[in-house]
Amino acid sequence: MGVRADGNFAEGGALSGDEEQSRGRVPRERGPEDMIEQRSIDERRKTSAALDEARLRQQAIGVRLRQMFDEVVNEQIPDEFLDILRRADKRSSENG
Amino acid sequence: MPGPDDALKPPRSAADDEAFKRELVQLIPHLRAFARTLCGEPAAADDLAQDAMMKAWDARNSFQMGTNMKAWTFMILRNQFYSEKRRSWRQSQLDQEAAERTLVAVDDPEAPVALDELRQGLSMLPAEQREALILVGAGGFAYEEAAEICNCAVGTVKSRVSRARRALHAILEGGAYDRDGRSAGDAMRSILADAERLSTLR
Repeated sequence: MGVRADGNFAEGGALSGDEEQSRGRVPRERGPEDMIEQRSIDERRKTSAALDEARLRQQAIGVRLRQMFDEVVNEQIPDEFLDILRRADKRSSENG
Repeated sequence: MPGPDDALKPPRSAADDEAFKRELVQLIPHLRAFARTLCGEPAAADDLAQDAMMKAWDARNSFQMGTNMKAWTFMILRNQFYSEKRRSWRQSQLDQEAAERTLVAVDDPEAPVALDELRQGLSMLPAEQREALILVGAGGFAYEEAAEICNCAVGTVKSRVSRARRALHAILEGGAYDRDGRSAGDAMRSILADAERLSTLR
């Protein structure tokens, strides 16, 4: 998945710089497959680092988001809620 | 929601009501939390949650016991919010001051900072993205349930959540806002540090 995802995470033209370099290189004895191979390993490394970073950050936001929500969930229920419900319950049992 | 054939249903027993009430009481904390994310200001949020609770109670005859009551009550609360929002609550006006006032006092002196920034970031998202992210990312709902609550397609929820995540990340990371002269990058660092701390606690 490394190469395909590059587009999403490449920033500031770092990768396109690489691209130009490799395009400008004089052809060497190694076949073009080797170059592609080498380049894709580098890119994969960069990409996976970027992906890890992005994933970590998303995880961190997720953790914080749940914490924000759970803080309210863990608050004690204000008496008002239970009072209102109790009154409504009484009303309905009297009516029914 | 009450349906047209409610009258045809057999009357519910007191035991049914009791079971319903027990389950409803257990959902109150979640309703409060969801309400807080929708309208920010705690007092207004509790009013909203109470209204939703009463609406759920009044409509109890139309609820099928054994189905997902949490999703059902969240849907009621959300509908309530959007119908009341027409009257008074303008999210955009409330956000700024709400974010200031809802600071939660917690033991860790560093924690409120990131929470505040997160709230600020959330408040900058479009309402539909915010609620989708909250439901899935914090409320523990499956995409399908969130879609039901928001009355939209599952694919729509998925794309809203993913857009919300990206946008929130960008806001917290990229300094799409600044406040108190503090750079927004601090928010992300603080959140990261917190997340690390929390994950080691678990």
